[in-house]
Amino acid sequence: MTVPMYVSPEQVMKDRADYARKGIARGRAAVASTYSDGVLLCAENPSNTLRKVSEIYDRIGFMGVGKYNEFDQLRIAGVRHADLKGYSYSRADVDARWLANQYAQILGQYFTHEMKPLEVEMLIAEMGTEPGGDRLFHLLYDGTVMDTTTHVVIGGEADVIRERLEASWASGVDLETALGVAVDALAGPDRTLSPDDLEVAVLARDNGRRAFRRLEGEALAALLG
Amino acid sequence: MTFPLFTPSEDPGPSFVGLLARLGMDRVESDPGFGSSKGLEGVAHGTTVLAVRFADGVVMAGDRRATSGHLISHRSIEKVFPADSGSGVAIAGAAGPAMEMVRLFQLQLEHYEKVEGNPLSLEGKANQLALMLRSHLPVAMMGLPVVPLFAGYDEQQDRGRLFQFDITGGRYEEQDHAATGTGSLHASTVMKLRFNDGLSADSALDLVIEALFQAADEDSATGGPDMVRGIYPVLATITSAGFERVPDEDVASRTMMLLDRLTGSDR
Repeated sequence: MTVPMYVSPEQVMKDRADYARKGIARGRAAVASTYSDGVLLCAENPSNTLRKVSEIYDRIGFMGVGKYNEFDQLRIAGVRHADLKGYSYSRADVDARWLANQYAQILGQYFTHEMKPLEVEMLIAEMGTEPGGDRLFHLLYDGTVMDTTTHVVIGGEADVIRERLEASWASGVDLETALGVAVDALAGPDRTLSPDDLEVAVLARDNGRRAFRRLEGEALAALLG
Repeated sequence: MTFPLFTPSEDPGPSFVGLLARLGMDRVESDPGFGSSKGLEGVAHGTTVLAVRFADGVVMAGDRRATSGHLISHRSIEKVFPADSGSGVAIAGAAGPAMEMVRLFQLQLEHYEKVEGNPLSLEGKANQLALMLRSHLPVAMMGLPVVPLFAGYDEQQDRGRLFQFDITGGRYEEQDHAATGTGSLHASTVMKLRFNDGLSADSALDLVIEALFQAADEDSATGGPDMVRGIYPVLATITSAGFERVPDEDVASRTMMLLDRLTGSDR
């Protein structure tokens, strides 16, 4: 009989975290940033069909990086959850905080109990009715949740991009400025990103009940200048 | 409420109705003990709604009355709703199930669009509504029928299209105009006589107001314009710009013009 080798819990957790981090770091990054009229969601994504940015509910947006099938499954579960809650209670009762907590539970569950952790990093954005009321929930692979009202970077090389973003980020700027800052931070000093390399959407206060709107093609090119 | 994560074999796909069924949250189906129509007489019924195709799309309209037997139970209910940004749905029949069906239909379209990333085709939306009606049939047979109209702007064909339904889920596309509810016979006659290909938006709006007025004139369950309370029919246009409700003031002034014409006071 072979005796299983002892591995300390610290080591197990570290191995799992390393595994998840490696998976996430392979993908390209995405930036969420609040601006004067809502929330900007901007991802580096050359694909036009495998989306990283999408709509969850009237004022809630989603962004995921890492393993596509894993975050897309979580995205769909989020849409289902929000629609069910709005149908059972009222549209006003659907909020991002509850959704973020649910995601955190699932991610934490996978991290500690399943064969492998989920290799995803996600962002849930909620647009407020007034400027300053916007919330960004940042979810890590192990179920950690952080919330801010300013900006979040997720995905590969997030630290470097965050540094670049923080150098020029300001609150209350218009969409064009916010987009410029986000794209410059994603691109870095040595690259330029064209509209085809980007997936951009906004949750805009002037957009009616469903605040989510994609910015594509000529509209995006015009904003990028 | 548990978080709706499914294994691939149990996944309900982009259908919200399918999701409700998977979670056991779908509506109560027919109960044999409920079979007689006793006790259902007090249930509010909505009546006449109609749709006309015009040059740029479709106009939908509905009166504001709901009746329970011979009583007027509501004077200002609405029967014309946006289904999504580019289509509309209008309902006649038992008001409670009809409103619920509209709510579920709107959600079904939005849910599909969010899950799939693209909206359904206009034909697909009409078929979804037909499926909902078919599953409603047992309840309709208990005396609570729902008979909707569906209209939208077809981006692929670049024109407005309208669909009529029956309680079994039968789906019938109409070319020019459609009406349903107790006053539909009279409303249809007016539309049939006045319709011509390439109506302008202006004349289409005037036409539906007159059709509803004549229906209310002949049918006690259809409400006419109520000048005392300021209640007028609900009108909406659906064009390439999407579903737009016509403002009440506009409907009021068009109604006044019609009354002036009918009383001969504009001469």
